[in-house]
Amino acid sequence: MNLLIKGGRVIDPSQGIDANLDVLIADGVVLELGQGLAAPEGTPAIDASGLIVTPGLIDMHVHLRDPGLEYKEDIATGSRSAAAGGFTSVACMPNTSPVIDSKAIASYIINKAKSEALVNVFPIGCITKGGKGESLAEMGELKEAGCVGVSDDGKPVCNSELMRRALEYAKGIGIAVISHSEDLALVGEGVMNEGFVSTELGLKGIPWAAEDIAVAREVYLAEFAGAPVHIAHISTVGSARIIRNAKARGVKATCETAPHYFTLTDEAVRGYETNAKMNPPLRSAADVEAMKAGLADGTIDAIATDHAPHHPDEKDVEFNVALNGIVGLETSLPLSLKLVEEGRLDLNQLVSLMSCTPAKILGLDRGTLKVGAVGDVTVIDPAKEWQVEAAKLESKSKNSPFLGWKMKGRAVYTVVKGQVVYQA
Amino acid sequence: MGFRHKDIIALKDLTKEEITLLLDTADSLSEINQRDIKKVPTLRGKTVINLFYEASTRTRTSFEIAAKRLSADAVNITASTSSVVKGETLSDTANNLLAMKPDIIVMRHAVSGAHEYLAKRVSCSVINAGDGAHEHPSQGLLDMLTMRQKFGKLDGLKVAIIGDITHSRVARSDIYGLTTMGSQVFLAGPPTMMPVGIERLGNVTVCKDMREAVDKADVVMMLRIQLERQGKTLLPSMREYSRYFGLNPEVLGLAKKNAIVMHPGPINRGVELASSVADCDQSAILTQVENGVAVRMAMLYHVCGGEPVE
Repeated sequence: MNLLIKGGRVIDPSQGIDANLDVLIADGVVLELGQGLAAPEGTPAIDASGLIVTPGLIDMHVHLRDPGLEYKEDIATGSRSAAAGGFTSVACMPNTSPVIDSKAIASYIINKAKSEALVNVFPIGCITKGGKGESLAEMGELKEAGCVGVSDDGKPVCNSELMRRALEYAKGIGIAVISHSEDLALVGEGVMNEGFVSTELGLKGIPWAAEDIAVAREVYLAEFAGAPVHIAHISTVGSARIIRNAKARGVKATCETAPHYFTLTDEAVRGYETNAKMNPPLRSAADVEAMKAGLADGTIDAIATDHAPHHPDEKDVEFNVALNGIVGLETSLPLSLKLVEEGRLDLNQLVSLMSCTPAKILGLDRGTLKVGAVGDVTVIDPAKEWQVEAAKLESKSKNSPFLGWKMKGRAVYTVVKGQVVYQA
Repeated sequence: MGFRHKDIIALKDLTKEEITLLLDTADSLSEINQRDIKKVPTLRGKTVINLFYEASTRTRTSFEIAAKRLSADAVNITASTSSVVKGETLSDTANNLLAMKPDIIVMRHAVSGAHEYLAKRVSCSVINAGDGAHEHPSQGLLDMLTMRQKFGKLDGLKVAIIGDITHSRVARSDIYGLTTMGSQVFLAGPPTMMPVGIERLGNVTVCKDMREAVDKADVVMMLRIQLERQGKTLLPSMREYSRYFGLNPEVLGLAKKNAIVMHPGPINRGVELASSVADCDQSAILTQVENGVAVRMAMLYHVCGGEPVE
């Protein structure tokens, strides 16, 4: 597909560009960046003056629930939600039913995405067979099938020896390992952050130490094995500190956090609000601040949503019974832009966090507008004001704590391989 | 001043005036319980459903008697005999019950917040008979009534609450109620059973040593230690618990001479309470049970829109 995006402020940290430029895409590939570009007759054009043009945003942590849990989401609806949120690529976690621990399931997702998805869908396979934490999954074959990482997301790999071997083995074949870091014994039957609010509500708490201890283990294993590790959805002061220290001594540890962890505290649980129930749980104000500081100083490498659609029957229940997780694809960009508005991040950092770095971590040939790169582009109107409404969310599920929130900024064009797949 | 709440879910939600009104009404209604014919027509034609998802003898019986003495029709549903075993959701159960037009649902539920969930979804009144580790407002009220009868006031009383605070809905309701009424609350228990930030829950003081909490107290409130938790990680043994946090005559001697001993029941004799203390003159445990009926009558009466009684 051909497309000319004219006069926008192009921000592409991968080549140090922050300038008003035209972007010309031909046959789905970036052909030229420059001023006053002319396109062949009949090339569709977008007037991006006053708008921001970035490499297509990448959400490296989503749950598309397909196969097996399509009543929550499927590849088509999940990809529409991604497109509406400005994401041109998503990496989907393997805790489907069956789990993605074989070439067959990975191929199913890739093939279905080819025919039904608006955006690029990159599957993440399991670290262990069946996601059971007992023996290594066939990572080599998963990679061959198109998986861009491995993770037992939703659960930690409890056995430290197995995790060590996973890191070593994955390094050998060159696939990213993404750790859901949690000490399950410490989590116990906890359903929210352990703190004053859990005491008041009489809900069993999850201590921050449950996350910190597990993050520290992964960092030490990565250091020992000389292998990279990526920590999913960090949420605590301690996790940020541990990763900051690890990076300083050269450990190849990277991590992501989600918009809810830098936006909400456990106060949001009051009223037993099940849309504020997720794992890790919403934490304290100090943790929120640590997420912002970590994003700003480079400790945190990526913003990922952990988009976790659930049916109303799974959320409209007593708090203890409600499932963990919230949808996030359509609210991630404005919540992240808020950090720019607050002066905590600049736009270049934002684009790195939401596109360039996740591409690097997963080894995707994306997250850049270099000539010859895939023509995935997000055009953002940072000033556009809108309100989050359940009926207008593209996701099949509406389990968001941000319903009713007034947002500022959103993607106005989402472009995949030169084709506009979403227009606000 | 009337009572403006549709539901009674938490003492945290009630003002000093509202708590006083409930206690005053309970005081007035308690006279009915002394009569030969223990029945008044006040709530005739009202239907009360006691929906109990957790085992309870005292509270359920007490609510049932309270409803009957006010001439309401009371129906008991316990989890083992209802469709709960078939996996019906709380919301569906509530809607089915609602279709039978009850005026009040009294519920006990193991999940904190279940009543808030229910109250948002039903038009009838909801009274909390205990939710998880959150609140147990009728217990809090009957505790306060017992203290007020003994000392004539709640303001300025020193109340020691001893035991497993983390898992206790009684402790939370007592703390909210008592601190609202101006009592001073001192807590003691093993650190494994003392929840984060409890000192900010009302104005309470956390003591390291049980003796410090009991010292010069007007009231010593002993919480039930859950024997079934012993096998887990919170305590080495019941024996050791009893040694450091059990109330025996010697520790009780540190309290004021006219202090009373309270316990929400059922008691574990020889664990949190020495038998000699449970049965001593200072024990108000059975008075609590007696007051439970009056307090629950007052709660039923006021959620039905009852005016203050003289």
